[in-house]
Amino acid sequence: MYQIIVFGPLLAALIAGLFNRRLGDRGAQFVTCGALIISAILSWMVFLRIGLGGAVDHVTIATWITSGDLSFNWAFKVDTLTAVMLVVVNTISCLVHIYSIGYMAHDPDKPRFMAYLSFFTFAMLMLVTADNFIQLFFGWEGVGLASYLLIGFWYKKPSACAAAIKAFLVNRVGDFGFALGIFTIFMVTGSVEFDTVFAAIPGLQGQQIHFLWMDLDLITTICILLFIGAMGKSAQLGLHTWLPDAMEGPTPVSALIHAATMVTAGVFLVARMSPIFEYSPTALGFVAFIGASTAIFAATIGMAQNDIKRVIAYSTCSQLGYMFFALGVSAYGAAIFHLFTHAFFKALLFLGSGSVIHAMSDEQDMRKMGGLRKKIPATFAMMLVGTLALIGFPGFAGYYSKDMIIESAFAANTSWSDYAFIMGVLAALLTSFYSWRLLFMTFFGESRASKPVQDHIHESSNWMMVPLYGLAIGAAFAGYFFRDIFVGSGYEDFWGHALFLKDEAHNVLEAAEEIPGWVGLSPFIVMLLGFVIAWYAYIFRPDTPARFTGTFRYVYNLFYNKWYVDEIYEFLFVSPAKRLGTFLWKRGDEGIIDRYGPDGAAAAIMDLARRFKAMQSGYVYHYAFAMLIGVAGFVTWFVGGAG
Amino acid sequence: MEHFPILSIITFLPLLGVLFILLTKGENADRNAKNAALWVTVFTFFASLILWFNFDKTTADFQFVETASWFGDNINYHMGIDGISILFVMLTTFITPIVILTGWDAVTTRVKEYLIAFLILETLMIGVFCALDIVLFYLFFEGGLIPMFLIIGVWGGKNRIYATYKLFLYTLLGSVLMLLAMLYMYFQAGTTDIPTLMQYHFDTSAQIWLFLAFFASFAVKTPMWPVHTWLPDAHVQAPTAGSVILAGILLKMGGYGFLRFSLPMFPVASAELVWLIYGLSVIAIIYTSLVALMQQDMKKLIAYSSIAHMGFVTLGIFAFNIQGLEGAIMVMLAHGLVASALFLCVGVIYDRMHTREIARYGGLANIMPKYALTFMFFTMASAGLPGTGNFVGEVLVLFGLFQVNIWATFLAATGMILGAAYMLWLYRKVMFGELVKEGLKAMLDMNRREVIIFTPLVIFTIWMGIYPSTFLDFIHVSVANLVTHHQAALAAASDMMAH
Repeated sequence: MYQIIVFGPLLAALIAGLFNRRLGDRGAQFVTCGALIISAILSWMVFLRIGLGGAVDHVTIATWITSGDLSFNWAFKVDTLTAVMLVVVNTISCLVHIYSIGYMAHDPDKPRFMAYLSFFTFAMLMLVTADNFIQLFFGWEGVGLASYLLIGFWYKKPSACAAAIKAFLVNRVGDFGFALGIFTIFMVTGSVEFDTVFAAIPGLQGQQIHFLWMDLDLITTICILLFIGAMGKSAQLGLHTWLPDAMEGPTPVSALIHAATMVTAGVFLVARMSPIFEYSPTALGFVAFIGASTAIFAATIGMAQNDIKRVIAYSTCSQLGYMFFALGVSAYGAAIFHLFTHAFFKALLFLGSGSVIHAMSDEQDMRKMGGLRKKIPATFAMMLVGTLALIGFPGFAGYYSKDMIIESAFAANTSWSDYAFIMGVLAALLTSFYSWRLLFMTFFGESRASKPVQDHIHESSNWMMVPLYGLAIGAAFAGYFFRDIFVGSGYEDFWGHALFLKDEAHNVLEAAEEIPGWVGLSPFIVMLLGFVIAWYAYIFRPDTPARFTGTFRYVYNLFYNKWYVDEIYEFLFVSPAKRLGTFLWKRGDEGIIDRYGPDGAAAAIMDLARRFKAMQSGYVYHYAFAMLIGVAGFVTWFVGGAG
Repeated sequence: MEHFPILSIITFLPLLGVLFILLTKGENADRNAKNAALWVTVFTFFASLILWFNFDKTTADFQFVETASWFGDNINYHMGIDGISILFVMLTTFITPIVILTGWDAVTTRVKEYLIAFLILETLMIGVFCALDIVLFYLFFEGGLIPMFLIIGVWGGKNRIYATYKLFLYTLLGSVLMLLAMLYMYFQAGTTDIPTLMQYHFDTSAQIWLFLAFFASFAVKTPMWPVHTWLPDAHVQAPTAGSVILAGILLKMGGYGFLRFSLPMFPVASAELVWLIYGLSVIAIIYTSLVALMQQDMKKLIAYSSIAHMGFVTLGIFAFNIQGLEGAIMVMLAHGLVASALFLCVGVIYDRMHTREIARYGGLANIMPKYALTFMFFTMASAGLPGTGNFVGEVLVLFGLFQVNIWATFLAATGMILGAAYMLWLYRKVMFGELVKEGLKAMLDMNRREVIIFTPLVIFTIWMGIYPSTFLDFIHVSVANLVTHHQAALAAASDMMAH
């Protein structure tokens, strides 16, 4: 069964990609969507069996690498954590596949697009089903490749190509840390298989490792290195710069890869590694710090952007921050719960914004929108559901998961948990503000679009709308229905051993139920506050933003220019690398090595050769001659020596 | 198989093709010569499959051994292969038919001589990997350069004389020193037999000098920084087929030399001088990757990337553990396929546009979908994407190296980032963007011959990535033996020091 779930999309991708001429557009769409529908249905069956039934499956397919004492297989490990990921990945992917039929209707490269989407799904499934670090890394890099290909799907646009390369390279920086983490794990445990490694970790407590020039705690080092990988994939502070640029890709890609699934791989990684992270409070503190900082940082930028997709992209970044600080305070269940609900409502928001963009003749700038509420009411309704879920309006999905995270942070008593709580509440305020700002700028007020665009505004086709309805159901109800098993009383039965807690007696999720009332209310209050501010600034007094940016120009510029992180990186890394490259080439290779090496020798020889005037056909014969002399000398020596 | 000289037959089979080619005459002489060369090399490949299927993977001893007396009493014609060399023999017989197909339409002058050069080269390359006597090895090893000089010097680009020249000077330096070392070894040990020499213990100070002399030759061949500057020029000037054979096979001779000579014969020196190898390799990886980032010529870029990849090979070999050594061999094999394929990719568009300048291209993905897919595949393989042989090799090297030196691993792993950077940059400049530049609109996608050339390379690259056991099974025992032998030699040496 797992083989069908995982390899079905791969097969579909190969068929759609390699035989697109024979299949045609419809054929490619049929094959890929078909494979995904099957995978999605089977995934839910797995979810019922593993998640609700409490089983754990191991399936070995083939050996992969054996070298000395390093040995691992191609194998699936399916526990509740994997089952949840299977459901998220395949459900969203299936809906996005169907949506793409409508969204890409006018694109000439439909089979290629569908093939990439299915390939991505395959790689993501390999990632979540891995039973060892290398297979996880295989999926990890595989989704990176798919992301690169899909961001650069419209390869004629220079900005898309640049964004694609940036995404791949920033992720590689993360993978660099990740790979070093895996090497360390192998060195100290002698294995790369999860179960063996996890079993060995408790015995390594308190050990030191001499890493580069530092003497560090072993487990903390492993965790931080792995977490660097997670930061790259999940766009956390420092390695986040690729995610907003990734919006150059077609909108279904943004929904599937850059909101619902791939970017959550880092969260999955840390949750999967909970048997390691639990043994390093320092590393958990670091995770919480980075997560909380990202949550607030990305939210500040999201407030100032005008591109509808970029606002949602920064929102994703910020929500991933929530998931990480939940992990950092050991509230693993809450983090995965938020991953689960976020997948639905963020995919909904993206696909909804895709529907808006479609209606606006590919316009993405919110300053040129407005008043769309009446023209595309169904899309508006969907976006409203997504927004309510995102800001955590009571009853909607985000309400259960995000509030749980904030409360856990308050209840936890670990390093950086108080910081995480405060940042979490503040970011909730900003989330509410930028979400309503997006809705108001897009759907309310007067239309600011040009006349031809206005005349062309239309509701999207059913290929696009039906997946939206499906996601809307998830965004509205996924929180209410699943909260009990993810973070409530069903926690232990549901998760089994998939999520590890070092101190079972202190489950932070249980502690979160005994917090003061004001803590539980605070996210709700700031949410209302965000709404009021957005309403005042964009509906009641629409001149407010202009006055604000005039008064606080520096703050605004800082947010609008994304805290200048791209510029700083360009200055620190990109341009020195280029200058150094040129320097080494021109000065090193040509200026020193060649000049004093072969060219110098050549000049001397040329000089000599000119005297002999014997150069007709290059140096080949000289060489052969020199070699023969050598052999002759050798033989002479030999004969002399023997005699 | 004791008495059936299968290794000699495989080694000298290509010379039979030379004979056929010399016999071709008349109007269709070129065509017939090409067919003869192709069939002979394909036949050689099938003949080498006999080795593949009859090889005993459970022993580290040399197999298919042939011995005949040659010069006097002590220098023998001694051939044989073990788990390390068989894969290089296979790589050679596998790549050569592809190389013959590569120049099928592109070469129009002196076709017969061109083919003869490649056939002789094949014999010499197979010989290098089979020779078990240092005189024989030396003949094959250095002799192989003569056809290579000719290929670059006669069928090369504008600056071919300069490139040949550089190659000549560098290799001359190395080969003179290696020859002197070989003389000394014979003088000391009284034999030129490689298996015997592998058991012989040279004293430590001699080992250092011998190691350095061999190192001079192998470092040039590999090539290692700073004796690498011949490679970019040689690649740029060589015809596509020449680049393929250079990247695919000739570059592996240095690594093979380290495995066959330096490690087993000079174990103490190898261990003593490991800092030198690590230093040069790490510099090579970072330095050449940065230089590759700024290249404007496609072949130069890929040539610099080859140097970086070879840095992983030397790091892996000198990690002295199983993962490192097996990884190094896998990197060599995978690089043999992938670098070959990348030069072929350059060849495809060079044949159509007659320029290698990156800036002259752009937007080819619009009209060459098959080519776009192939090039993307090998770009990613070169960047070490999991699922390709390069990943298996590089990750094994790093696994092995990490256990002995974290610093070197840390620095080498930055090659993962830089390697992706220059390859993706190249791909973007050539393939992506609008199709606006002059002369590009009429470009045709890959033809059938080109598809046939690339298909086996793609298949084997994935095979090595997904199920490397097929290849690793051949080398396990030999590598384990090498490691044991090396550790025993080091232990013996430290015992001697203690007394």
